[in-house]
Amino acid sequence: MPENDGKTVAPVTCGCGGKSADAETENRPQDAARIAPSLEGHIVTAAGDVPRVTSRLSLRDKVGTLKVRCGIKRNEYRVPPGLYAVGRPDTGSPVLVTANYKFSFDSLRRELSGRDAWVLVLNTKGINVWCAAGKGTFGTAEVIKRVTELRLDRVVSHRKLILPQLGAPGVAAHEVQKQTGFRVVFGPVLAADVKSFLDQGMKATLDMRAVRFGFRQRLAMVPEEIVAHFPILLIVLAVQAALSLIGPGRLAFFDFVPVVAAVLAGCVLVPMFLPWIPGRAFSFKGWLAGVVVVLALQAYTVAGLGRVFHWRALVSSLLILPVISAYVAMNFTGTSTFTSLSGVVKEMSRAVPLMLMSASLYVVLFILTIFIKF
Amino acid sequence: MPIQYLKNVVTLEYDPDECTGCGRCQEVCPHAVFAMDGDRAVMTDKNSCMECGACSRNCASGAIKVRAGVGCAWAIARSKLFKTEAACCD
Repeated sequence: MPENDGKTVAPVTCGCGGKSADAETENRPQDAARIAPSLEGHIVTAAGDVPRVTSRLSLRDKVGTLKVRCGIKRNEYRVPPGLYAVGRPDTGSPVLVTANYKFSFDSLRRELSGRDAWVLVLNTKGINVWCAAGKGTFGTAEVIKRVTELRLDRVVSHRKLILPQLGAPGVAAHEVQKQTGFRVVFGPVLAADVKSFLDQGMKATLDMRAVRFGFRQRLAMVPEEIVAHFPILLIVLAVQAALSLIGPGRLAFFDFVPVVAAVLAGCVLVPMFLPWIPGRAFSFKGWLAGVVVVLALQAYTVAGLGRVFHWRALVSSLLILPVISAYVAMNFTGTSTFTSLSGVVKEMSRAVPLMLMSASLYVVLFILTIFIKF
Repeated sequence: MPIQYLKNVVTLEYDPDECTGCGRCQEVCPHAVFAMDGDRAVMTDKNSCMECGACSRNCASGAIKVRAGVGCAWAIARSKLFKTEAACCD
């Protein structure tokens, strides 16, 4: 689920299918090495020295962001948890809490340029705020533990913690206050709004509280969607190649195009045109996009390439290719920012049987064509 | 008009009688499902709820209940197939 810095859009699909981050440790040397170039001395506090982190992002930070956007090593992109200083904070400076996913941390520190603030990094096992809150790692217990262990009450004289709003699914503000004495204020959704939030006396406008899923944001998800669906594409292409060995006719390079197009319909067309494709269920939107792609390719091969029209080929394409698009599009529910668990369960209970039925008919038709010449 | 997912399906329940008017639900909801009307919260747009659970987690009086979870098809499929908890981004 997205968490972003406002200017750019975060690559935060709901990592479904990603590697397990079980082997988490708090002080991994690679994380310390990654953050080291951004550290500049420390601030002396009553609770000990707190490292200062620059609000400038280096070229390396930006390359790291780009990689994460493409789904490369995103589970490895962590910051050591703990307290950091941005600028020259003192006992009256605000404390902002974030996840130890380096992208979350980088977005926040960049937006704090020119300000003096404390940044409290929780151990969310390298997962962004919203997903970690859903899992409970960005949670009440972790906030209480960090605040207590770091002796935050000695670092600052006030008793306020600013948490990103998207951390709320994991953090019960009243529990934190009861256990630590610190009052939780939920800040804006986007790091980009942090400065105006602070300037308005820690008040977020309704606009700052809303999670949107606009065109640019959806577009930014596309590279990762494509990368995530490579395995599916390879499997489908392998099945197609295997079937061609027993089926009639020889497989030409062009025969792979519809399959690739069907996958792209699900992971490129659907994300991009999500609000405008009819229907509410993602699988239905994907199926429609798949039908359009099949018809467009059919029109091109007949009208453009001058091939003979085969109704059997069209029916068979319509039975299998939109199903592939529907499946791929259904997976986008995890990336989107507005689908509910109950909704997706309902969608799947209806769509999956239909998808299986369509695919089964395709197989029946395929077998028939081996034995019967239509 | 924001994009909405399936209608009349979420498990969100709100009991106004239990509300103490703290305003946390309005503060934490990413889809403006709750609004404040004087010293009470009102549920204005239930169909926009994504069951993230932020409101119920932060409702000290227990006026809001929801089965929180992730609306992710892959996570749900995986949890059904491997009998694990449906969670995203692991």
